[in-house]
Amino acid sequence: MTADEVLVCGAGITSFARTEATGRQLAEQAVRAALADAGLPWSRVRAAYGGSDAAGNADTLVAELGLTGVPFVNVRNGCATGGSALVSAVNAIRSGAADVALAVGFDKHPRGAFDPRPADWGLDEAYGRDGLMVTTQFFAMKIQRYMHDHGISARTLALVAQKAYANGSLTPHAWRRGPLDAAEILASDMVNDPLTRYMFCSPGQGAVALILCNRTVARDLGGSPIALRAAVVRTRRFGSFEVFSPWAPPGTPASVSTDAAQLAFEQAGLGPGDIDVCQLQDTESGAEVMHLAECGFCEHGEQERLLASGSTAIGGALPVNTDGGCIANGEPIGASGLRQVHEIVQQLRGRAGERQVPGGPAAGFTQVYGAPGVSACTVLTR
Amino acid sequence: MEGALSGSRCADCAVAAYPAEPVCPRCGGPAEPVALSATGTLWTWTVQRYAPKSPPYAVPGTGFEPFAVGYVELPEGVRVLAALDIPPERITIGMPLRVTAAGGVPRAAASGVTV
Ligand SMILES: [Zn+2]
Repeated sequence: MTADEVLVCGAGITSFARTEATGRQLAEQAVRAALADAGLPWSRVRAAYGGSDAAGNADTLVAELGLTGVPFVNVRNGCATGGSALVSAVNAIRSGAADVALAVGFDKHPRGAFDPRPADWGLDEAYGRDGLMVTTQFFAMKIQRYMHDHGISARTLALVAQKAYANGSLTPHAWRRGPLDAAEILASDMVNDPLTRYMFCSPGQGAVALILCNRTVARDLGGSPIALRAAVVRTRRFGSFEVFSPWAPPGTPASVSTDAAQLAFEQAGLGPGDIDVCQLQDTESGAEVMHLAECGFCEHGEQERLLASGSTAIGGALPVNTDGGCIANGEPIGASGLRQVHEIVQQLRGRAGERQVPGGPAAGFTQVYGAPGVSACTVLTR
Repeated sequence: MEGALSGSRCADCAVAAYPAEPVCPRCGGPAEPVALSATGTLWTWTVQRYAPKSPPYAVPGTGFEPFAVGYVELPEGVRVLAALDIPPERITIGMPLRVTAAGGVPRAAASGVTV
């Protein structure tokens, strides 16, 4: 059995801008769009996987989509919700259990920062009371140390965000569509040193659905299917540095994204050098900087030069977050991972419109990272 | 209330943890309670520039003021999250610090300075 036997034949996405629509309504819209894109009716879906973090159960969508009896598994796996749904759909196709499978991720969050409770994380109440349970503090402390170790400047963090807003302005479904330049980003309110307000994404809303097929169905459908060469999810090993930790082990922090990326490349039989376009988790600017190296696309510290030279812009050697990433699209937790895959599918099909990477990209990569130390990666080829 | 932090250490692999845990987070073997050193160096830090959401955050009676937090690396090989009682402009990675348990979260100040 070869890894290229799973094909993405349909991709559907909603706007990621704030609207009155519920998370479930967005999910239904995305599924219908993905089915139409594939040219398949809902009744052909033989296995479905999906979920949200805060907007309800995916399996209830059968009330709107049709009561076909399809097995529909709910996934609730934090930032890896979309990735986990995708892995399950891939396995359904690879095992022969289904010839057409759906993966759907959606969410809708209230405005403002996520609101964790100490008890849910096994922490003493003092961490909440004294103001140490703030997710943005963790991101700031991680990149602060990384900048110290690898010579990354605050200007590079601003350039990451500048690129995100520029790409978002070219993306019809993005939430933030106005460009911002590095000087404005650096001058915006300091949230947690060294990260300013415009370097962060915000909780948002949106939905994405993908229709996966085996080779036989894909051939009958025609069109331009994209091979999903690898889809993996990993959790952290000892030695990593994670959010809401009262302590961390010494040494260079281990990266769950490195583990997931290596496994994905191994499964795909490709390496970082083969990738023409990628999507990396950019909860804030620093995350994209670190993930570039953690996933194997550059050496630690090389990002300083890559950002300054425009190498990660749409016309650069390795375009990163061509749809504006989380910074321009917001972070609907259940939808983010599949948004990345959707973007790579459109890029490889040559259907990314104004933000199309030139030269006919043939291979793409996606990476999600989230709490408490989980990473989902995919490799896709034309 | 003020004193050394109560951590734990694995008998087999010497991994230390804070707060004390009954089992080693690396190997799963039994861990023994240990009083952690009171001095270390700053591994990383940030400043909380806006008031966190209340609850759970309890705004001080004198009103919110930006405050620093960081991880302090102790000789036992553990980095402890602490509130930093240091003006942000004086904070540098690697600076020596004194850490104390003070009833809430651990607190750290520049060593040599009495809290
Ligand atoms: Zn141990």
